[in-house]
Amino acid sequence: MTKVVFDEEKCKGCELCVQFCPRKVIVMADRINAKGYHPAVLADEENCISCGICARMCPDAVIEVFKP
Amino acid sequence: MKQVYSVPKSLQPRSTHYCPGCTHGIAHKLVAEAIDDLGVRDRAIGVAPVGCAVFAYDYFDCDFQQAAHGRAPAVATGIKRSVPDSVVFAYQGDGDLASIGAAEIVHAAMRGERITVIFVNNAIYGMTGGQMAPTTLVGQKATTAPFGRQKEHCGSPLRVSEMLATIPGAAYVARVALSSPGNVAKAKTAIRKGFETQLAGGGFSLVECLSTCPTNWGMGPYEAMRWLEENMIPYYPLGEFRTPEGGQNDA
Repeated sequence: MTKVVFDEEKCKGCELCVQFCPRKVIVMADRINAKGYHPAVLADEENCISCGICARMCPDAVIEVFKP
Repeated sequence: MKQVYSVPKSLQPRSTHYCPGCTHGIAHKLVAEAIDDLGVRDRAIGVAPVGCAVFAYDYFDCDFQQAAHGRAPAVATGIKRSVPDSVVFAYQGDGDLASIGAAEIVHAAMRGERITVIFVNNAIYGMTGGQMAPTTLVGQKATTAPFGRQKEHCGSPLRVSEMLATIPGAAYVARVALSSPGNVAKAKTAIRKGFETQLAGGGFSLVECLSTCPTNWGMGPYEAMRWLEENMIPYYPLGEFRTPEGGQNDA
């Protein structure tokens, strides 16, 4: 299991998680979901500090965060 | 692994109709977290407004009623008085609360109704397509103010929290912003305090959440949050305007 879990089908691609991530470890995927948006994904798990800011700023309750 | 953030249980596991980046979703999560944290989901009854949040009953996993335009505080009053053990909250936007519903909110506060109002202020009418609201900033463009709101013609924006804080029946009135991780954390605390005020029988509580409308402002979601911090917060200062301990203008 990864530190940040995205419910991709609910993602609307607003990129707030990308903008507010203090470690810049989230990017938008090249693929599109059923809504037609590029979903956010965790690109660099090693540098993720599980701070939860992405999840708190996500308006669509897409993200859950775990800490090892 | 230990879970750091989980989706609130008082939200239904479905997608909302809100535009990408709309802060209604953040406000929904904070209300649901407060209901979860206080363990009152079985007693919670929400009142949805007319506006973008009209379908809130589809998103919260608790009892809900939908009110006529601006009348959510009146409907909430009826629910709270007939089921006193319930935890009643109205969820309203600025077009709903500050314009057509201005009388209802003032009189609900005056009567000291034991309800909690979540007031989402994004300085524009969202659902109907970006018309000027009482809360639209001077100079801010809207479809009905294509050259920006003019003070000489339309007056200055209404500061609802400051106005309600002068009413003795209001127990807790605060303004927060959903524009950054720090401000969202403060908003969570304020919304929880609003519900706690109701649970303690303290009286009327309202939390004004400065919000964005990326679609009608014509900005990206992040850019809209920056615009909020640079333009709205100077006119709508954040903070607690009235707490159960008292306000500035007690009779």
